[in-house]
Amino acid sequence: MSAAMTLPPTALDVTAVRAQFPILQRTIHGKPLVYLDNAASVQKPQAVIDAISGCYQQYYANVHRGVHALSEQSTAAYEGARETVRQFLNAASTQEIIFTRGTTEAINLVAASFARPRLQPDDEIVISAIEHHSNIVPWQMVCQQTGAKLRVIPVLDNGELDQQAFVELLNERTRLLGLIHVSNALGTVNPVQPMIAQAHARGIPVLLDGAQAAPHFSLDVQALDCDFYAFSGHKTYGPSGIGVLYGKAEWLNAMPPWQGGGDMIRSVTFEHTEYAPLPYKFEAGTPHIAGAIGLAAALDWMCSTGIQAIADHEQDLLEYATAQFRQIPGVRIIGQAAEKSGVLSFLIDGVHPHDIATVFDQSGVAIRAGHHCAQPVMERFGVPATARASVAAYNTREDIDTLVSAVYHVKELFG
Amino acid sequence: MDNLRDLYQEVILDHNKRPRNFRMLESCTHRADGHNPLCGDRVTVFVEVDDAVIKAVTFQGQGCAISTASASLMTTMLTGKTVAEAERLFGQFYDLVTGHSQPSSAMGKLAVLAGVRDYPSRVKCATLAWHAVQAALHNQTEPVVTE
Ligand SMILES: Cc1ncc(COP(=O)(O)O)c(C=O)c1O
Repeated sequence: MSAAMTLPPTALDVTAVRAQFPILQRTIHGKPLVYLDNAASVQKPQAVIDAISGCYQQYYANVHRGVHALSEQSTAAYEGARETVRQFLNAASTQEIIFTRGTTEAINLVAASFARPRLQPDDEIVISAIEHHSNIVPWQMVCQQTGAKLRVIPVLDNGELDQQAFVELLNERTRLLGLIHVSNALGTVNPVQPMIAQAHARGIPVLLDGAQAAPHFSLDVQALDCDFYAFSGHKTYGPSGIGVLYGKAEWLNAMPPWQGGGDMIRSVTFEHTEYAPLPYKFEAGTPHIAGAIGLAAALDWMCSTGIQAIADHEQDLLEYATAQFRQIPGVRIIGQAAEKSGVLSFLIDGVHPHDIATVFDQSGVAIRAGHHCAQPVMERFGVPATARASVAAYNTREDIDTLVSAVYHVKELFG
Repeated sequence: MDNLRDLYQEVILDHNKRPRNFRMLESCTHRADGHNPLCGDRVTVFVEVDDAVIKAVTFQGQGCAISTASASLMTTMLTGKTVAEAERLFGQFYDLVTGHSQPSSAMGKLAVLAGVRDYPSRVKCATLAWHAVQAALHNQTEPVVTE
């Protein structure tokens, strides 16, 4: 009673949220599921499951081509999804919203179509030391193709980027800044706004990898003034296989298409093809129709649940978990940035993260163990891997308590 | 927690904490590296073979309890075996941890790793050092990667 009264009025009703996620009814090895692998992928609310099956059950057809009723309804739903994404990002126009398979494909699109044609030998791309592989490898490939160089902003021991070194890295050869908005391995929230301003002051365009930010933050790409923003549907309560690239229209218009085929053309002869306008120029072939519709339902779900309320709740869980982990002897938290979101990466003395995850699983606790697709981060912190617990809207303080007792159980077993 | 005790038996926990033959072997005639990218396990095995008999096996590296204990147990089992016997034992061990056979007396202490069969993602941890020894014996120079 008293606990409920101290909650702010906009607080999340976690019980009501949990009731919307059918998978939370499951037991794992006879224990209630405690799903704390949300940074890898998030579970889906009933509204998203219904939107996807509703599409297939009621109005599914290919988009943009048919003149029959189903195709018109499908097209309306698919384009409606684009408008939902536009609102979610506060982009200026739906022309700037391109559906992709996910963050990875979005970044590859920019690498292939924006960076590759522009880069000269000895030009530079700046990324950070805490990028996910998907914001490293595409740039390395472009560097190999063009002779450009990759420069890396170092990370401090607490998991924050070295801002001094960042400023010094920018120079007249820098052609692009590619930056992770929120780190999936450490939880660090990067100060993207001032970093974008610094890059822009030198005329350098900026791509943000928002895979771990979109699930937690209210986003406004116009206020951020980023040039490109990428995120994945499966981490924002939507389906996998769908994601988004936002790009400023002026850039997208100047970029060549990156895949050719149907849907991205205006007219085709054997001599000449005229490309479709934005955003279709970048959406060759039949898209993931139900995926886009599911994504829109997910973003609607986040908005109606309250993005700020979700974020506050997750922050409470993260702080609650961090405070308890700090009390446990032999437990080390990797990533102690002042501003963190969603992720608790940790080690238990003398126990490999993979063993931690296996023991946790027997208690019904799902976490990730490994390098989190960020091997350079692991190397920087001198560990082969970490265990990572990551929270979402439906997690509770009880989940964190179960997590903490699972840590004690590991220590006992391997003690 | 009974399932866990099947996987993490006392012998495994002991070999994880105090791995046997955990050192470089100056006199080795064969060596190979193994890497399990899934969990970041890395192992280097050193083998001294004389007249088709394994005189000594040691290992170094960093890994989860299953891979460390398995490597440690392996070194104790292989010492004194012929190369042909070692290969046969690997076959039997592989069948055991993938659930294709039951523990037999020929396997000795290796039988404690039978619990791995209930954890398919851990089979690679249990077999990493064995794959590396096999690569060493076949003079393979590329590191073994299990994934
Ligand atoms: C920060 C970050 N960037 C990129 C990705 C890649 O996303 P996807 O696999 O959905 O393309 C992930 C997902 O793991 C991530 O956490």
